[in-house]
Amino acid sequence: MRAPVCTRVLQRGIEGPILAVTKPQVEVSEAALIERVAAGDTGAFYELVSPCERALFLAARGILGNDADAEEIAQEAVLKAFSSLRRFRRESKFCTWVIQIALNEARMRLRKERRTLYESLDQSRGEEEGDYVPRDFADWREIPLEALQRKELREALDRAIASLAPKYREVLVLRDMEGLSIADTARVLGITEVSVKTRLLRARLQVRDALAPGIDGSWSVGTTGYKKVRPW
Amino acid sequence: MVIEISCEEVWREISNYLENDVSPELRARLEVHFKGCGHCTAVLKGAGNVVQLIKAGTVFDLPDGFSNRLYKRLQDRLATKKHKRRNY
Repeated sequence: MRAPVCTRVLQRGIEGPILAVTKPQVEVSEAALIERVAAGDTGAFYELVSPCERALFLAARGILGNDADAEEIAQEAVLKAFSSLRRFRRESKFCTWVIQIALNEARMRLRKERRTLYESLDQSRGEEEGDYVPRDFADWREIPLEALQRKELREALDRAIASLAPKYREVLVLRDMEGLSIADTARVLGITEVSVKTRLLRARLQVRDALAPGIDGSWSVGTTGYKKVRPW
Repeated sequence: MVIEISCEEVWREISNYLENDVSPELRARLEVHFKGCGHCTAVLKGAGNVVQLIKAGTVFDLPDGFSNRLYKRLQDRLATKKHKRRNY
């Protein structure tokens, strides 16, 4: 009988734990892994969690806005998932369930710390339940691929997402960052699909408004300001 | 004949349009509007770029050592559980 994964991790690697034994050739299904954990093979839990690591971190980071808290929450979510695995009803994928746990942990952390950092971008721009009016900027130029790698662009996007109200940030993280469907996003958040769509619209437009003027005033290096499309 | 649509209606549907979640009739009305409205076209492009930027997946990287620390914490929890069971 194979030893659990935890006893086979021999050394730390830069990319992650290096296993002494190669992975099984056959793809093990999620259900089979859960059965193995239930039967006492705790090492199988590592295999369940491994594909979810990035998604967990992104979900927590999207809500909390910094790496350190996000990592802590991701760890807490994994530990909680391990303790509550028998409560997993398999109505969604395992990763979706753990992301839900991470979201709840992140929300509790925010509530506990009573953060006020994450105010919505501009509270005065439209009623919360009414239409959002996007700002009138000139045409957004196509962003060249190399620009996507720029640290400044990433930081600007980071700030824009962090400035969203939590309920808008959550849908953006789940739908656009994690790639969850509208239906799964609604299920994770416990809201209707209509609410997901409404919040997603507002989130995307608010981030667009934050980024449209560009990092230094426009997207083209060397130009300043932006040209209004209309005279007002 | 395509019925005109207001900018306010366009803004409400822009996210659904990006999701390809609009009826053919509404899509036609939106596309006619985009041809004649620079502001709404800019909003559409901007929102589309936001989605592409986020989906690019290059925005947030896992911190170095993330996996190691996660598995170490899980190992510690498992070890604590075993220890408690033995001492019970």
